[in-house]
Amino acid sequence: MRLQVNTTLALYSVIEFASDPKRHIPAAEIAEKYDVSPHHLAKVLAELARAGIVESVRGVGGGYQFTANARRLTLMDVIQLFEDFAPPGAARHNPKSATPVDLALDAVLSEIDEIAKATFSSITLATMLQLIARQRGGGAG
Amino acid sequence: MRAVRRADLDPVIAIDATVTGLEKRSYWQRVYRRYGIAARGEQRWFLVAEMEGRVVGFLIGEVRDWEFGSPPCGWVFAIDVDPQVRQSGVASHLMAALSASLKRTGVRKLRTLLARDNTLILSFFRSQGMMAAPLIPLELDLQEVLPNGNGAGAAR
Repeated sequence: MRLQVNTTLALYSVIEFASDPKRHIPAAEIAEKYDVSPHHLAKVLAELARAGIVESVRGVGGGYQFTANARRLTLMDVIQLFEDFAPPGAARHNPKSATPVDLALDAVLSEIDEIAKATFSSITLATMLQLIARQRGGGAG
Repeated sequence: MRAVRRADLDPVIAIDATVTGLEKRSYWQRVYRRYGIAARGEQRWFLVAEMEGRVVGFLIGEVRDWEFGSPPCGWVFAIDVDPQVRQSGVASHLMAALSASLKRTGVRKLRTLLARDNTLILSFFRSQGMMAAPLIPLELDLQEVLPNGNGAGAAR
């Protein structure tokens, strides 16, 4: 599974908001931190706001604020806002025209995708913040 | 948090039945005989959590030696909490009690195995700091590989 640029940017942004949920963080601050265009980031943040993960606060001191439940929101919840997933077991090739090699490779790649999805679905934002804290602590725990 | 007693079996069975939708009395009686009355030094734990005098959760684990080529390693293979008291730290306390017991035996790792679509329990174990182990579970569909007892995948 290869994540698109917008998906990765959404994950970084959500982690940023969740790590300081009371603060209104200006989009420009995140754009500068991750060296992305504010215009590009605005589209990502708008999608996160539509999903109820962040809330836009206008005016002086405005920005975006985390509004989801960090113990419930998983990485997969964020990822699937930006990625199209085929249903489990769906072939990448048309079964009518696919060769046995195509189908065998599809089966292996589907295994990898399913494991990746299970991993993303099992990690909440609260768990991610714990992992980040462990990394900051310099140990594997 | 304490070791299970025979009188706890009914609430344990009830919690499991609530969570899984299946009552498995004879299974739990076997589990109790194996883990609940394990002799000292057998490195098996069947722990229950009480809240206001009522059993509200349980955990079962053990040390397995050289399984899958690993040095002695702790395994947790059952954990359940009454859905009415979830999110109150019961399972975390059970895990902490098992981890402490395992550490005292000198074991360095705690592992578990569960269905990848069981996101509730997977998320719980992740929240406890568990990461993917260097193991990959595999299974063989015997019907598909050996339709007539001599399928293409048969070892020769």
